[in-house]
Amino acid sequence: MRTIDALDITNTVKKLCMEANCFLSGDIKNRIEKARCEESWPQAKEILGHIVNNYEIAEQKNQPICQDTGVACVFLKIGQEVHIEGDINEAVHEGVRQGYAEGYLRKSVVADPLNRVNTGDNTPAMIYIDLVPGDQIEITVAPKGFGSENMSQIAMLRPSDGVLGVKEFVKRVVLEAGPNPCPPIVVGVGIGGTFDKAALFAKKALLRPVDVPNETPFYAELEKELLEEINALGIGPQGFGGKTTALAVNIEYFPTHIAGLPVAVNINCHVTRHRTEVI
Amino acid sequence: MAIKITAPLTRAMARQLKAGDSCLISGVIYTARDAAHKRLCERIAADQPLPLDLKDCIIYFVGPTPAKPDEAIGSAGPTTSYRMDAYSPDLIRLGQTGMIGKGKRGPEVIEAMKEHGAVYFGAIGGCGALLSKCIKKAEVIAYEDLGAEAIRRLEVEDFPVVVVIDSAGNNLYETGPQAYLKNNK
Repeated sequence: MRTIDALDITNTVKKLCMEANCFLSGDIKNRIEKARCEESWPQAKEILGHIVNNYEIAEQKNQPICQDTGVACVFLKIGQEVHIEGDINEAVHEGVRQGYAEGYLRKSVVADPLNRVNTGDNTPAMIYIDLVPGDQIEITVAPKGFGSENMSQIAMLRPSDGVLGVKEFVKRVVLEAGPNPCPPIVVGVGIGGTFDKAALFAKKALLRPVDVPNETPFYAELEKELLEEINALGIGPQGFGGKTTALAVNIEYFPTHIAGLPVAVNINCHVTRHRTEVI
Repeated sequence: MAIKITAPLTRAMARQLKAGDSCLISGVIYTARDAAHKRLCERIAADQPLPLDLKDCIIYFVGPTPAKPDEAIGSAGPTTSYRMDAYSPDLIRLGQTGMIGKGKRGPEVIEAMKEHGAVYFGAIGGCGALLSKCIKKAEVIAYEDLGAEAIRRLEVEDFPVVVVIDSAGNNLYETGPQAYLKNNK
């Protein structure tokens, strides 16, 4: 048994909130650069150039890449051999509270979805906990903007809809979203499980680096095909037309019921942010 | 070549702009997003005075990050505009000539734009750090309790936008992808 002080969790979450919002990860930057080189439509190419400029300025000035610094989604993989000294949930919220204050990040959370009063410190975080073997805690902070979150959808397809049905649904979601989620986007797809699991896997799919395909060749191929088909839709950067509608499609799948084929699509903008540390 | 325009923006000038035009805006614009729009429209419905002059006014749909001590404003890119669709027609009717945001607009907004002469500009979504460099001064003028959603008076210089929907109803979100696909056949 290893003891970890809740304060260490707070400090790590705080740091990750600030870093994730100001520094875009290399895999996303590479995809944007590559898209800019390959884009043939002049206005699309120009916009991708502005997007590169933007994340470079953010990096240099330690400034948020986007003003929507998101709701803080915090994923914890907690080793079974870990004993946490203190309240884990409060430790995470406190990390978010401190990170969003000290990092000059926007407070975008309302306490009640209908009465809508801002909590003033960006808490509560959305906390997801998985228990895993080991004596460490892996912490991932993924600030999620809502321009793209609002464009996400879920469908309970019939098993007979198959691969084609999944593809049609994903493309329909992207097409209906059009310019709203700030394309080029990253498309997270969760297939299988239950209604709620599919959505969770769609969100977790967005945490995987975009240059790492699904481990299963069948799903890796599906990711590749969907990316090509989405980029043939013509939406383009900002929806003004062009090839680069999506930077990547990441799929996670899970066993499901004999009667079901749940599919969830969680969309992220080109500012797909996540930062991980192990303590 | 980008068209240089000055804010406030007259109706006559607004009517000259065409979907697809790149523009650089200099002058005074105001920020408002969901919560501020709701309050403005509640005041309009109750026939109460407004905290800003809507005549020839450009409203930027944005909720910036907090400014660091040595800066005018934090990151400040556009938010998705359709959430303001319920409110924009009232403001256009009372004199607003420009909106800056990103994403689609509903038919009720486009009708109001055509009837009164207003334009919808798109700024690049997700480029809040870049766009903040064009904002030289920011001052909260109303609803400070709303934090990022308060109404701010901004002084901007060469703020880059594209006309997405013009006062005739032409829409770059339709014509842009169509032109790309046609060219790519």
